[in-house]
Amino acid sequence: MARIQLKDLRKSYAGQEVIHGITMDIENGEFVVIVGPSGCGKSTLLRMVAGLEGITSGTISIGDRVVNDLEPRQRDIAMVFQNYALYPHMSVRENMAYGLKIARMSKDEIDQRVAKAATMLELEPYLDRKPRALSGGQRQRVAMGRALVREPAAFLLDEPLSNLDAKLRVQMRLQIKDLHQRTGQTTLYVTHDQVEAMTLADRLIVMNKGVAEQIATPHEVYTTPASEFVAGFIGSPAMNIFTVQAEKGMAILPGGHRLPLAALPASGQVRLGLRPEDLEIVDAGVPSIPVVLRSVEWLGADAFGYGVIDGSEERVTLRLAGSTAAARGDRIHVAPPEGRWHLFSADTGKRL
Amino acid sequence: MAHFWMILGVIIVAFPVYYVFIASTHSVQTILRPPLPLLPGPEAAANYGGAFSGEIDRIGGVSLWRLLGNTTLIAVGIALGKIAISMASAYAIVFFRFPFRMACFWLIFITLMLPVEVRIQPTYKVMVDLGLIDTYAGLILPLIASATATLLFRQFFMTIPDELLEAARVDGAGPWRFFKDILWPLSLTNVAAIFVIQFIYGWTQYLWPLLVTNSNEMNTIVIALKKMISFADADTPWNLVMVTSVLAILPPILVVVVMQRWFVKGLVETEK
Repeated sequence: MARIQLKDLRKSYAGQEVIHGITMDIENGEFVVIVGPSGCGKSTLLRMVAGLEGITSGTISIGDRVVNDLEPRQRDIAMVFQNYALYPHMSVRENMAYGLKIARMSKDEIDQRVAKAATMLELEPYLDRKPRALSGGQRQRVAMGRALVREPAAFLLDEPLSNLDAKLRVQMRLQIKDLHQRTGQTTLYVTHDQVEAMTLADRLIVMNKGVAEQIATPHEVYTTPASEFVAGFIGSPAMNIFTVQAEKGMAILPGGHRLPLAALPASGQVRLGLRPEDLEIVDAGVPSIPVVLRSVEWLGADAFGYGVIDGSEERVTLRLAGSTAAARGDRIHVAPPEGRWHLFSADTGKRL
Repeated sequence: MAHFWMILGVIIVAFPVYYVFIASTHSVQTILRPPLPLLPGPEAAANYGGAFSGEIDRIGGVSLWRLLGNTTLIAVGIALGKIAISMASAYAIVFFRFPFRMACFWLIFITLMLPVEVRIQPTYKVMVDLGLIDTYAGLILPLIASATATLLFRQFFMTIPDELLEAARVDGAGPWRFFKDILWPLSLTNVAAIFVIQFIYGWTQYLWPLLVTNSNEMNTIVIALKKMISFADADTPWNLVMVTSVLAILPPILVVVVMQRWFVKGLVETEK
C-alpha cells in the first residue's frame, strides 16, 4: 500500500499534448475514480501511472519512489484490463500465479496467495479451467485475482466492467467495493460510467480533453461542480444549463422570464445550471420559471418531465414526484429552492 | 456429380504414385517388359529387403540408411532453422521499436521476390570460402532464411492483443519470458504448420544439395535417385529406383499425417 503522487503530469503524441498537466495526491488506501467521456485521456493517464505509456513531463511517485523511468514490473502495481488480457493457454491458477512465479516467490507462498484470492473471489471451482471455459464475469474475477495475489502498492483498473452485461456489472461493482474495503488497497479506477464513478469513488477525477476539470468527492462533484462540463457530465438526467442575462440580482431567462438569484454578477451573461430534481413545482404567483411540458415519462417512484421554457425553445428536464398529475401540454411553474442553483462563467465555463 | 469429379481428380493425381509402388514390387525384367501390371507383384520382399541390405550401396555407393539419415537431418535442420530464424525476426519486427524497423521488414519482404536460383552463385562462393562444401552445415544454413515463414509469424504475432503483452509486462515478464511463456505456447499451432511445410521443402531440395555435395556420402535421397538412373534403360535397376522413390515419399507423408492431427487439435483449442 502506498500513496500515489502525480505532479504536473503531461503527455504529448507527436507534438500534440493530450494530457495537460495533472496534479494530484492519492492517499494511502484511497479509491480514486478517473471518469470522463471517451477520448478525454483517462485511460492514457492510468497507463502512464502503470508505466505502459511514457511521460512527457512531470513526475509520478508511488510510495516514496519517483517511478517515471521504471518499468511496470518495478512499480509495484497490478492492473486489470478492460478485456481482462488473461493468458489463454494457462489455467486460472497459472494465470494468477504467473506474476508471482516471475518474482521467484516460493511455491508454498504462491499456492497460499492464489488460494486466498480464489476464496475471496469465489473462484475455487474453476482454478484448473482455461479462461475460454469461463463466463465473462468469471474471467473478470480471474483478472481481479491476478491483480490481488500480487499484493501491490496500488491497484489500477481500466474500465474493468465495461465488457459485462448490466446485471453482472452491478454485482461486480459491489464486489469491487467490498474487496476494496477488505483489502484497503490504494486503487485507481478508470470508467466512463458515472454510476460506477459515483458509487465506488472516495474521490473522483473528472477529465475532459486531457484536463482534470475537478478532483473531489462524489458528493462535492455533484453538489458543487467546478465547471459547466462537470455539471453536465455528472448526473442523470443531465443538469439543465442555459444562458441567462444578469440584471440587478435578477436573472433574465430565455423567454424573458425573471428569476431572482443571489450571487449573480451585476450584469452580463452567465450560464445557469439547475438539476432536474432541484426544480420544484410552485404556485404561479411567486417568481418562477414557466414550463410547457412536451412529454412525461412515469417511472413509478418518480417521473421525468420534458418541456421547454414558455416562450422559448430552451429545453428543460424536470424530476417530478411519482404522484404527479402533470401531463403533456400542461404549463407548470417551477423554481429552485434557495441556493440550489449553479452559476458558471459564460466565457470559461468555470463555476462562479 | 461434384463427387465424381473429385474422385476422378484424386485418381489422376494418385495414379503415378500408385504406379511407383506397383513398380517397386516387380523385378526389373517385368518393369522393362510393357505393359506394367496394375497389381503388386511377388518381388516386394526381395526388392525392399535388397534395398535395405545393401543393393543400393553397389549403385550409389552409400547405404539407403545413410541416404535417409542425411535427408532427415537436412530436412529437420532446415525446418527448425527456418522456424528459429523467422520467429526471432518476426518477434523483433512486431514487438520492438528500433530504428529502421520498417526498412528491415521490407528488406525481408523483398527477398520473397528472389528465388534461390538467383542468389545461388554467390551463395555457393560463400560456402566454398567457408569450407562448407560437403558438410551438413553447408547443406542446411543457406536454406534456412525464410521470408515466407517470417511473414506468417509476423501476421500471427500481430493478432496477439496488445493487452496480453501489457499484462505480461505488468506481471514482470521481460522480452525473453514473454516469448517463452506466452508467445511460444500460443504459436505452437503455427509452428507445427510451418514445420510441416518446411520439412517437405527441405526433403525435396534438389538443386542446392546437388551443387554443394561432391561426396556420395553426403547425398540426399533425391540426389541418390537421380544418380541411380543411368542413360541406358537396361543399366538402371528400375525396381530399386522405385523402392527408393517410395521410401523418399513416405517420410513427408508421415510428417504430414502425424503433425496435421496435432495442429488441427491445436487450432481448435487455442484462443487468443
